[in-house]
Amino acid sequence: MAGLTDLPQAGDALSVSGLRKNYGGKDVVAGVDFRVPRGTCFGLLGPNGAGKTTILRCCLGLIRAEAGTIILRGLTIPGRAEEARLRVGVVPQFDNIDPDFTVTENLVTYARYFGISGAEIRRRIPELLDFSGLGGRAHSRIQTLSGGMKRRLTLARALVNDPEVIFLDEPTTGLDPQARHLIWERLKQLTSRGKTLILTTHFMEEAERLCDRLAVIDHGVRIAEGAPQALISEHIEPQVIEVFGDQANAWALTRKALAERIETAGDSVFFYCRDASPLLSALSGQTGLRYLHRAASLEDVFIKLTGRELRD
Amino acid sequence: MDSTIFTMPQPGWRWLPVWQRNFLVWRKLALPSILGNLADPLIYMFGLGYGLGRLLPEVGGVPYIAFLASGTVVASTMNAATFEALYSAFSRMHVQKTWEAILNTPLTVDHVLAGELVWAASKSLLSGMAILLVVVLLGLTHSPLALWVIPVIFLTGLAFSALGLIVCALAPSYDFFMYYFTLFITPMILVSGVFFPADQLPPVLAGIASWLPLSHAVQLARPLLLGEIPSGIAVHLTALLATALCAFYIAVVLTRRRLQS
Repeated sequence: MAGLTDLPQAGDALSVSGLRKNYGGKDVVAGVDFRVPRGTCFGLLGPNGAGKTTILRCCLGLIRAEAGTIILRGLTIPGRAEEARLRVGVVPQFDNIDPDFTVTENLVTYARYFGISGAEIRRRIPELLDFSGLGGRAHSRIQTLSGGMKRRLTLARALVNDPEVIFLDEPTTGLDPQARHLIWERLKQLTSRGKTLILTTHFMEEAERLCDRLAVIDHGVRIAEGAPQALISEHIEPQVIEVFGDQANAWALTRKALAERIETAGDSVFFYCRDASPLLSALSGQTGLRYLHRAASLEDVFIKLTGRELRD
Repeated sequence: MDSTIFTMPQPGWRWLPVWQRNFLVWRKLALPSILGNLADPLIYMFGLGYGLGRLLPEVGGVPYIAFLASGTVVASTMNAATFEALYSAFSRMHVQKTWEAILNTPLTVDHVLAGELVWAASKSLLSGMAILLVVVLLGLTHSPLALWVIPVIFLTGLAFSALGLIVCALAPSYDFFMYYFTLFITPMILVSGVFFPADQLPPVLAGIASWLPLSHAVQLARPLLLGEIPSGIAVHLTALLATALCAFYIAVVLTRRRLQS
């Protein structure tokens, strides 16, 4: 249901209301609303198959929704999608850079699709490569690039048209931690330059670090929205103690009163509490149980809202 | 179903960067590609033309190899256009996801397909012209009218590229293309007068064959190479052009359905 905060406003890079997309009689997106003010980073969080990519494709005007209003850069989608995409960048979930081209040829060719001349883009290539950590790679063949480098080239390619809005579909899936941190750092630079980012992810750390606001999507509907910290304090008790071991389940049964909420997964028990000290002192005398005391995180919110069962 | 997929394609000139992209990739591998495209039709032309030709009296009033030359020019044009619009376009659409990357820019399916259409026709133009050059160098044609075969080649290329793009839009995998070759392309080569005059066929089959796009191409190219002005030029040109335009429209609608839903 659209709330007051969902009404489109003048400073929005993107606003979506009442979005519905149906495949084979099943609503993949079943009435989604959100708005993204300019210069902010917005995250769409959800398990596999939640409808995140479909929402992005609707916003770009690549597929037609059955219902809903989308306004991107002040232009109605899909009616004026071509015009809107002139200043939009896209980092797709799977790299689709041209394997037959060098790094430079990839960027020059892609810029042409936006009507940008070869001379103009060639002037900007050193800066683009520098930004994406590919300096010195201008003439490399694509086959010689690592997975992380290809991802960064995809990011550089999404910037050839100096976009106002950048859509990123799981930008760091499959990357090692070093490569991931580099991408995160660059994405933060982009928002600090006033770009608007809209990203899908199922990395909670990514969402927590990058997003000003995020929406949790499941089964095609928005089940929560807010700033990461606000979502945590709204949905989860601040303290979490995870207890592991064969005895954990049996032990937990007798200590239920020490936490506001308890969840089990295999031989791990999660205690969510406002005050952890009674539980910690109960644990301190125990042998045969290992435990971890930590602050509540976005992952706890995600699991609470979308459940623990596997999604494929 | 979304009715907007049926709207008339409006590619304008913005398909040009798509054509340029394919040209740039081709340029990197141009020489092996040209030689590869030349070898197969020339082997057939020489093998059948000189081998079989020795056993035959004149065919259609000329030595068999001269008869076969015009058939080879249009058949290899058809093959080049078909291969490009099936295998190469399919790998750009389905395997490499090149089209997906392009569609994230302001370009649409209309631009991508128009670029692919003109590209496949350009590549087939090159193939057809390479054979034509060999035919000229061997002295199998003497008439300046042979130069008019060049636009015929391009138009033939457009028609078969557009037909190929329909098949590409329907294909679940590369294996699917075998049906198109065995059920359409190969029988068409046999009945369209490429290897022997179509009037050798039973009248019913000859009647059907005369409607096929390759027949129209043969009936334009053969007289031109033999130094005669073809009869029914307008009919043949219109048939090829109509095939290209109708097939292109169908290909655009099917590709929109495939990629936009």
